[in-house]
Amino acid sequence: MLSGIPLFPEQASTLAPQVDNLYFFLLAVTAFFAILVVILVAVFAIKYRDDTGQKVGAPITGSVPLEIGWSLIPFLVAMAIFVYATVVYFNIVRPPAETLEVYSTGKRWMWRFQHIDGQSEINELHVPKGQPVRVTFTSEDVLHSLYMPAFRVKADAIPGRYSSIWFTATKTGTYHLFCAEYCGTKHSGMIGTITVMEPNDYQAWLNSASAGQPMAARGEQLFQQLACSSCHLPDGGGRGPSLSGMFGKQIQLANGTSVTADDSYIRESILTPHAKLVNGYQAVMPTFQGLVNEEGVMSLIEYIKSLPPASAPAAAPQAANATPSTQGE
Amino acid sequence: MPNGHSIAAHAGDLGHGHDPGHGHDAHAHAHHPALQHHFETLGQQHEASTLGMWIFLVTEVMFFGGLFAAYSLYRIWYPVAWAEGSLELDIMLGGINTIVLIGSSVTMAMAVRSAQTGYRKATINWLLVTMALGLTFLVIKFFEYKHKWDLNHIPGANFQFEGPHAPHVEIFLSLYFAMTGLHALHMLIGFGILSTIAWMAYKNRFSPEWYTPVEMAGLYWHFVDIVWIFLFPLLYLVDRAHHFA
Amino acid sequence: MTTITTELPASRNYLNHQHTVASWLLSKDHKRIGILYLITVTLAFFIGGLFAAGIRIELTTPQGDFVAADTYNRLFTMHGIMMVFFVLIPAVPAILGNFVLPLQIGAKDVAFPKLNLLSWYVFVIGMIFTLGAMITGGVDTGWTFYTPYSSVYSSSNVFMTGIGVFITGFSSILTGLNFMVTIHRMRAPGMTWFRLPLLVWALYSTSLVQVLATPVIAITVLMMALERALGFGIFDPRLGGDPVLFQHLFWFYSHPAVYIMILPPMGVISEVIACFSRKNVFGYSFVAFSSLAIAVFGFLVWAHHLFVAGISPYSAMVFSFLSFAVAIPSAVKTFNWTATLYKGAIWIKTPMVFVFGFLGLFLVGGLTGLFLASLGLDVHVHDTYFVVAHFHYIMVGGAIMGFFAGLHYWWPKMTGRMYSDSLGKLSGLLIFVGFNLTFFPQFVLGYLGMPRRYHVYPDEFQVLNVLSSAGASVLAVGYLLPVFYFLFSLKYGARAGDNPWGATGLEWKTQSPPLPENFPVTPIVNEGAYEYSKREMKVA
Repeated sequence: MLSGIPLFPEQASTLAPQVDNLYFFLLAVTAFFAILVVILVAVFAIKYRDDTGQKVGAPITGSVPLEIGWSLIPFLVAMAIFVYATVVYFNIVRPPAETLEVYSTGKRWMWRFQHIDGQSEINELHVPKGQPVRVTFTSEDVLHSLYMPAFRVKADAIPGRYSSIWFTATKTGTYHLFCAEYCGTKHSGMIGTITVMEPNDYQAWLNSASAGQPMAARGEQLFQQLACSSCHLPDGGGRGPSLSGMFGKQIQLANGTSVTADDSYIRESILTPHAKLVNGYQAVMPTFQGLVNEEGVMSLIEYIKSLPPASAPAAAPQAANATPSTQGE
Repeated sequence: MPNGHSIAAHAGDLGHGHDPGHGHDAHAHAHHPALQHHFETLGQQHEASTLGMWIFLVTEVMFFGGLFAAYSLYRIWYPVAWAEGSLELDIMLGGINTIVLIGSSVTMAMAVRSAQTGYRKATINWLLVTMALGLTFLVIKFFEYKHKWDLNHIPGANFQFEGPHAPHVEIFLSLYFAMTGLHALHMLIGFGILSTIAWMAYKNRFSPEWYTPVEMAGLYWHFVDIVWIFLFPLLYLVDRAHHFA
Repeated sequence: MTTITTELPASRNYLNHQHTVASWLLSKDHKRIGILYLITVTLAFFIGGLFAAGIRIELTTPQGDFVAADTYNRLFTMHGIMMVFFVLIPAVPAILGNFVLPLQIGAKDVAFPKLNLLSWYVFVIGMIFTLGAMITGGVDTGWTFYTPYSSVYSSSNVFMTGIGVFITGFSSILTGLNFMVTIHRMRAPGMTWFRLPLLVWALYSTSLVQVLATPVIAITVLMMALERALGFGIFDPRLGGDPVLFQHLFWFYSHPAVYIMILPPMGVISEVIACFSRKNVFGYSFVAFSSLAIAVFGFLVWAHHLFVAGISPYSAMVFSFLSFAVAIPSAVKTFNWTATLYKGAIWIKTPMVFVFGFLGLFLVGGLTGLFLASLGLDVHVHDTYFVVAHFHYIMVGGAIMGFFAGLHYWWPKMTGRMYSDSLGKLSGLLIFVGFNLTFFPQFVLGYLGMPRRYHVYPDEFQVLNVLSSAGASVLAVGYLLPVFYFLFSLKYGARAGDNPWGATGLEWKTQSPPLPENFPVTPIVNEGAYEYSKREMKVA
């Protein structure tokens, strides 16, 4: 900061120092080469200057060892940067096994955040400090992008698909949230704040914020209303596979391949049912495109996540408390 | 295809230090009326034309390529819809069109050969037959499109299709119309090119020494044919061997 | 030391041998066509510059108080479209390349002069369509036209702009085709490939890219336009279409496009640096092959624009690796240029000032590309002002500087007149200073997190934005100055002889301005492109 003018973003997540260190490394390397070349150019331009335009330069045409040197060394430097940057990248895109789930949808021109307990926020997100949080989101219309500079995370919100970001906030405070993919008139107004709170304060906030239904309970409601339960019987034997305990497991498909039952898989199966047909079942599931919106799908996902494995008696899922759900991976 | 290095063309290498110094009507020897003045020889000019046409055809491959890329992605994603959509196309009409186009490439090659050997009337006739076959193709295409219109299978506001895969079938049909439409547009342009060439032949512009435009038109026409050779199986023959589940 | 102090009688040249408007508008002379392009591209540059002025004025304050949001969105979209398609892509190839290429290889013209003229008309028609779309309401999708916003949601003149861009692409394709055949088939006797000036290698590599990549954007824009106009579903997610497919197809062209924009200016740099160091370019064949390598590798990196757009991390790794690889040939060129200066006889005239400016700015632009190729960093800086700064350093600091170097270098050849060297150097200095002031703060803004295409922004970003806008006003003066001294030179400039710079190259062995047919006698070549050391120094 320079008397109130920020020159560097705050570090508010565990990822931020990693990204910044990579940045400083790159700055150092590139500054070295830049200064080297600038100095050489300046020195040569001054030392060999001839304002008459009458002299000729030395009859030098090249040097293969030099060419190899200055091809190989930059290549090796580039590879070092590549490896370092990729390691940081995989930390950014691979969330830890246990994360606090938050769902979000972007649409012109606002972000709606849905906590699994049912609290819903618009253009604001409250999260606890020190706990990994994963935001799963999509767009309801055009491309958007969820960007939290203080955490150094970003991913595009793509209509028809899920994206996710994760972070562990390390500093309480309020930070910018931006839409980072041009989306029309109020693109620069599609902004908000993330508020990081001490865990106790976060609990207090959860309790005080007007909660709608917990997402899993809403999902259960939809499950009944849309008659999913008529085919997806809890202990199997129905026209559709049992969903008990299936979240995160490997599913065998009719075409011989297998797929992990993650949130994208569930969304796809609801909206375009025969895309990944489960082995041993007929293609009779109707599509629910138009019958359930993105938030409804997210609630159904939370519900399905909460279903215990079929060996337990088929019990109705409890209304979830604010406990992180297990991320099957 | 004949490579048309005609007999007279080879003064043409670049060693000649051609000197246009006297008033720019510089050719001490008679020069062919088709030789353009920035070229030294007909041979050089012919090589330039040929290279230019081949590069142009490569750009056409890239142009269609974008559509093929989109096609490939969605075929992998939506195999069932692809099969359903393909089944809606008339394989007999498509097959006839394929034979018509292959035939027209044969007649085109005959036209080039006739020009190369100096048979003016044969050149014109083969060109006319090629054009007639091309027109046949376009007429059949017109009826196919009309049928689609009648069934409301044209993508867009009035699209109607039965079954759970309808949106994906709409994508298939969007690509069908884009790809065959673009192809048909190229055929129409080809038709115009062939008319021009036929007219030039009628005006006796070609000879064994210079028939480059016929040859270039031939290259273009064969290209348009080859595109169809790819379009036909990709659009009309998806999963025809099986019923889909 | 420049040239002739006495007035030469005006000899027959390509400018004066015919005077009618028709002789210009129907000219098949590559030199006249180059001048026609110069006029239209300059017009496009100032239109794009006006849009930029609007952007920078708005951004001096955090609020949206200069223009409405929809207007601002149109400003940055149209700035991008004008500058990318109507300035950067054609500038060096269609203006300088057209003029100089046949001269440099000892030919009378390009392979297809009529096609060359057609290319210009196609360019003009595309520009008319695009400007028409701009005047009748504008377009607000960003120059990248991402779906589904462009194909479904935007209420602006997307279709007409798409048609304009589609048409203009053919100008680029036809020019590339023409140049390729010209270089293959029209070289003078003795002009072997490895005696060619490096500009020719650069133009050839560029032509490869123009010919292979541009058709892809043509079909992509066409698909988007069909989706918009007819409701075809190709990218529409509501039908199961993939908006990311559009991005892949778009960038498959648009990434190689940036090499169309930079390779020819790099070729210019090689020419100018050799001349004003009076020395062979160090590592000629390495520089030549680097041009080809950039052209080829440039096709393999497009998805680095999609790192956060939903591609798999493994795809991202591959494209990141390739993006690092494509930087190497550019680094090789930079080192070779630097080595060219070593033990040279450095004569600092205006073209050389622009070369130095290029070296500094291209260096920053190229090196910051490494930041963007780094996956871990790109997540943070993608779609922020960091990217804006990076590409302006390359496109303006690199490509436009290179273009100006070439314009100032070949101006005496094109017009037969010398311009004021002091004013030229002043312009170079103003551009260099103004440019850095405009764009360096944007790196800081980007890392801070300011997204691009923002009409309003948080207050704390204001100071850096004001710095940037202040720089832009200096930059504007730097760009306006050449208009005046170039126009002045046409009437009052000292007449240039054949070779005011004492350069090698066939174009300098004939009169300024050249004959309509270029050479009185077809030259015969028996030496390499930059044999300065073999000549007795005489500046004609």
